[in-house]
Amino acid sequence: MGKVAIIGVGQSTFVRSYPGSIRELAFEGFREALKDSTMKASDIGASVVCSAPEYDKQRSPAGVLAEYLGLNPQPTFYVETLCSSSSTGLKLAYSLVASGLHDSVAVIGFQKMSEISSAESQERMGRGADIQWESPFGTMMPAYYAMHAQAHMAKYGTTSEDLALIRVKAATYGQINEKAVYRKPVTLDMFATPQSPMGGPVSSPLRVGDCCANADGSSCVIVVNEEKAKAFSKKPIWILGIGSASTSVNMAGRDILSGLTVAKESADQAYKMAGVTAKDIDVAEVHDCFTIAEMMAYEALGFAKPGEGRDLIRGKETYKEGSIPVNVDGGLLSKGHPIGATGGSQIRTIVLQLRGEAGPMQVKDPKIGLVHNIGGVGLYGNVTILGR
Amino acid sequence: MSEKKKEVDDRFKKFGTVSFTSLTKTNDFITNLEQGKISGTRCKDCGAVYFPPRADCCKCLSSNVEWFDVAGKGKLVTYSKLEYAPVGFGEDLPYSIALLDYGTYKVFGRLAKDLPENEVKVGMELKTVANKLPNGQLNYVFVKA
Repeated sequence: MGKVAIIGVGQSTFVRSYPGSIRELAFEGFREALKDSTMKASDIGASVVCSAPEYDKQRSPAGVLAEYLGLNPQPTFYVETLCSSSSTGLKLAYSLVASGLHDSVAVIGFQKMSEISSAESQERMGRGADIQWESPFGTMMPAYYAMHAQAHMAKYGTTSEDLALIRVKAATYGQINEKAVYRKPVTLDMFATPQSPMGGPVSSPLRVGDCCANADGSSCVIVVNEEKAKAFSKKPIWILGIGSASTSVNMAGRDILSGLTVAKESADQAYKMAGVTAKDIDVAEVHDCFTIAEMMAYEALGFAKPGEGRDLIRGKETYKEGSIPVNVDGGLLSKGHPIGATGGSQIRTIVLQLRGEAGPMQVKDPKIGLVHNIGGVGLYGNVTILGR
Repeated sequence: MSEKKKEVDDRFKKFGTVSFTSLTKTNDFITNLEQGKISGTRCKDCGAVYFPPRADCCKCLSSNVEWFDVAGKGKLVTYSKLEYAPVGFGEDLPYSIALLDYGTYKVFGRLAKDLPENEVKVGMELKTVANKLPNGQLNYVFVKA
């Protein structure tokens, strides 16, 4: 198989409520990525459109977006794996380019979550779990991740304060990321009591500050073969490894609750394909939809041994200056989590880091970066390793 | 000429505070639940055990399954108390969802409302019992073993 590169990345600013349509939202991420790639829309061979469809009135958004972005008559495909949709889109783009079917593919992720209320959103996201056997008990995403948090705490002695430290780190970088939805600082004091701004109970042991905010946003990643990469880009970023996995939608079908098996499985595949190990990763983006999710990611990716993730955050090792910087763009917690756009935004962050173009968030001279993107409550996982 | 209306077996719409499913081949689960039994399925061809119950065995591709009762004690794997609920579940707040390990299978459900919060510990033994909800719907809950 030929080499596959990323030569353009873009995203909209993530906002609480986008004052426009989904095609206008998608245009923002696409325009930035296309300009970044120096290509024209007519140079793009195909598009892959990624979102979780239940938020929009529009059926089959791929065709609508392709037309609006000037990507006719090229083929367009729609993919969905809940919150990991656009990293799944990246894998599809990789396959289309590596196989020689297309020389270039635009991966377009978007989500406009604000058209429905937060409670409706919880109900719909909860239906990303098992609607026959679990949803009738009144499930929602924070409650499922809370069950993982409770199991992690019981097994390893992780504390609520350890989780709050992850939120504090996210806010440190959300403040300096112009694309982030949450730009304010967060301190441990803000978790002090149930009346504190971050301390309100949601689903024990998770509190308000442990949860990412819904957001509207779009992202775009331009994926090309080696020939196009050399023709259009001075700094192509290569896809070195790409791993994916799935598991039981039922919590009852899971062997381990203190971690996500899809993350471990995807990481093992990606490391093997790239020929690197966790020690070689210089900067990472992980799926911190909840603080516990980042803690479990440290352990699944091999940045820490199982149960020792807390030592990384207590020692500030995942800050920009630490031994393994993680989510130094604010992560889902502060940058925001517009479901279908999230994976592409994570890819964008790592591409900018590897090019040395991450501005105030720049980590010192990273050569290899990793993206961990999870769909549902560990139902789907994608781990992607990128290099210069 | 009168045509007899075809009867629809939608027993499963009785399951949980809000049911999202009505048609399933595992509808006998509801009849068993009405009789106070929580049941899983076992493949009669290869012996695979399923909870939640399934009409089809993915291990040997058989649909020749039989019911068994979830009996005895399970160990609490994890739980969470919700203070915020999805649409349709607000009246139930607060409530706790939980996972019990029976060894060869696990059961996802709710902790009984009268189980004191300060007594709930991961690893404790609980049993699963049928439960009628205030709105007339059925589910099952975990109570002290």
